[in-house]
Amino acid sequence: MQPAIAVREVTKTYTEGSASVTALRGIDLDVHAGEVVMLMGPSGSGKTTLLSIMGCILASTGGSVRIAGIEVTQLREKELPRVRLEHIGFVFQGFNLFPTLTAGENVELMLDLKKEPQAAAKKRAQELLENVGLAEKYKSFPADLSGGQKQRIAIARALACDPEIVLADEPTAALDSHTGKNVMQMLADLAHKRDRAVVIVTHDPRVLEFADRTIRIEDGLVAGYSAKKPSSAISEFYPAVGAAAEPAEVRGV
Amino acid sequence: MPPLAERNLFHDKVRLAVTLTGIVFAVVLIVVELGLFVGFMKTTSNLIDHSNADLWVTSINVPYVEQGVPFSERKLYQVRAIPGVQDAEKYISDWVEWKRPDGRQETVQIVGMDIDKDMGLPWNLVQGKLGDLKRPDAIFVDEVYKEKLGATHIGQIVEINHRRARIVGFTRGIRAFTTSPYVFTMFKRAQDYARLPENQTTYILVKVAPGAEINEVRREILAQVKDVQVVTSAEFSHMTQFYWMFTTGAGIAVLLAAVLGLVVGFVVVAQTIYATTVDHLKEFGTLKAMGAPNSYVYRVITRQAAISAVIGYVLGMIVSAFVVHASQGGGAPIELPLPMAIGMFFLTLTMCIGAGMISISKVTRLDPAMVFKG
Repeated sequence: MQPAIAVREVTKTYTEGSASVTALRGIDLDVHAGEVVMLMGPSGSGKTTLLSIMGCILASTGGSVRIAGIEVTQLREKELPRVRLEHIGFVFQGFNLFPTLTAGENVELMLDLKKEPQAAAKKRAQELLENVGLAEKYKSFPADLSGGQKQRIAIARALACDPEIVLADEPTAALDSHTGKNVMQMLADLAHKRDRAVVIVTHDPRVLEFADRTIRIEDGLVAGYSAKKPSSAISEFYPAVGAAAEPAEVRGV
Repeated sequence: MPPLAERNLFHDKVRLAVTLTGIVFAVVLIVVELGLFVGFMKTTSNLIDHSNADLWVTSINVPYVEQGVPFSERKLYQVRAIPGVQDAEKYISDWVEWKRPDGRQETVQIVGMDIDKDMGLPWNLVQGKLGDLKRPDAIFVDEVYKEKLGATHIGQIVEINHRRARIVGFTRGIRAFTTSPYVFTMFKRAQDYARLPENQTTYILVKVAPGAEINEVRREILAQVKDVQVVTSAEFSHMTQFYWMFTTGAGIAVLLAAVLGLVVGFVVVAQTIYATTVDHLKEFGTLKAMGAPNSYVYRVITRQAAISAVIGYVLGMIVSAFVVHASQGGGAPIELPLPMAIGMFFLTLTMCIGAGMISISKVTRLDPAMVFKG
């Protein structure tokens, strides 16, 4: 089966004037529908850069990125929003809800981007809020919602266009542990019950139990990987000794 | 589309107030500066624009209305004899000295005409009747210059070039571009005040007969009357405006102020609209990350700018109307003709949307890391 995300030899170098910083040094990674992949690693290791590249927000310097079978490195910049809209849903650390729109309108906005008629968009937004258990908050503004509720609205919004891929950046960072677990369960259910490919960048070891695979990134390289569903700690990572030593799903072979 | 632009604008009332204040300030500034320019332009050619004449016959090379050079009245009869001329009348405009009651002298522009005809008459008469000018020594002055001339009331006796004059009426809003106010009187008396020989005039005003071609009549006058210049009212108006506004440099200053008003107005609007957009930069970044094409984000920003423009314009024009009204009693008129008001609407819209476009470049270059960091 074709992976939802296929990353091959991806490099990224940021250049400013004569200075340049290499953020990714050749990453291989496949993510399949129905699995939760977590990206871990210290700050500045390149996790968010990798997530941005997989989200078609940032162009890689080299290598290949296929999203739902589409080679996105070959696309022109103006073609990328369409790929994001149709194939990728985003969940952000800070929720990134539009504070001036109600919860329902935040979800409707995504459908408007896809040119859904207004009535159909309202109905679909209502359904999505029901799915995350917040149907009664349709007309509430984000400022009136708790952190957990905001993240559930953000998840509803990410799913509005029915994407195959959900990319989440530190989705539990702003939440208490109980709410964080609920949100993680919701993301895991997206993968396991609704067959989405879910990639999560996190620093939070408490959420590792929800991962099917965990990839550790250090200095722009895959530094290790975990067996399926590690019980608790990062220490269970196997060291990666070059790409050849990685298991197939990490190398993407 | 969910009302993102409207909500972005109206959600933060303080920010909205700051944005609208900026736009209102810009609108009022531009209206005042442009209005002053238009006002001065119109002031310079007031006499010509209200003359009701089709053609002006002047001495050769007269550049503007205040610079009339006397010529023989015999030319009047020659003009009247030309086919296509319905009526022709003598008209005087000349500098004379006005003596205030306190003895101080002021230079005024004496304007003389035949009040039984309908060319070159004073207008906006607020005290007295036109027929009163037939009374001995009768003159009209404008109430704007009451203080400058020491004119206080109807019946007041004053002195012009050492001759007696009596104020029999006041006009309203007939300003002169120079510091010398207009004083209206009968032709013969104006001739006397200006110390012109009895057979001399400075202008002949011509009314062309219905159906006659103005340019044809002009050619005939030039062919049959020697040593004169013949210009249409529109041309003479333009010549006079051009002289005062550009040749003297006086208008350049006003024009520069108007241009400066435009620039400052645009900068103020650009700053406020830019700040409004930057306030929502993270949201625009999120929109883009979620898959909104640039055109969608541009539409939101443009809509925000256009709504700000419309509200700012309406409020700005209300304030401007008060300023324009207040200026009518003073020496510096601010004009706000309908075409300028309409033009201001499109200018405000263009400024706001243009400023929005400047901020769009900021949105276009958004750092994706910004989107992912809480």
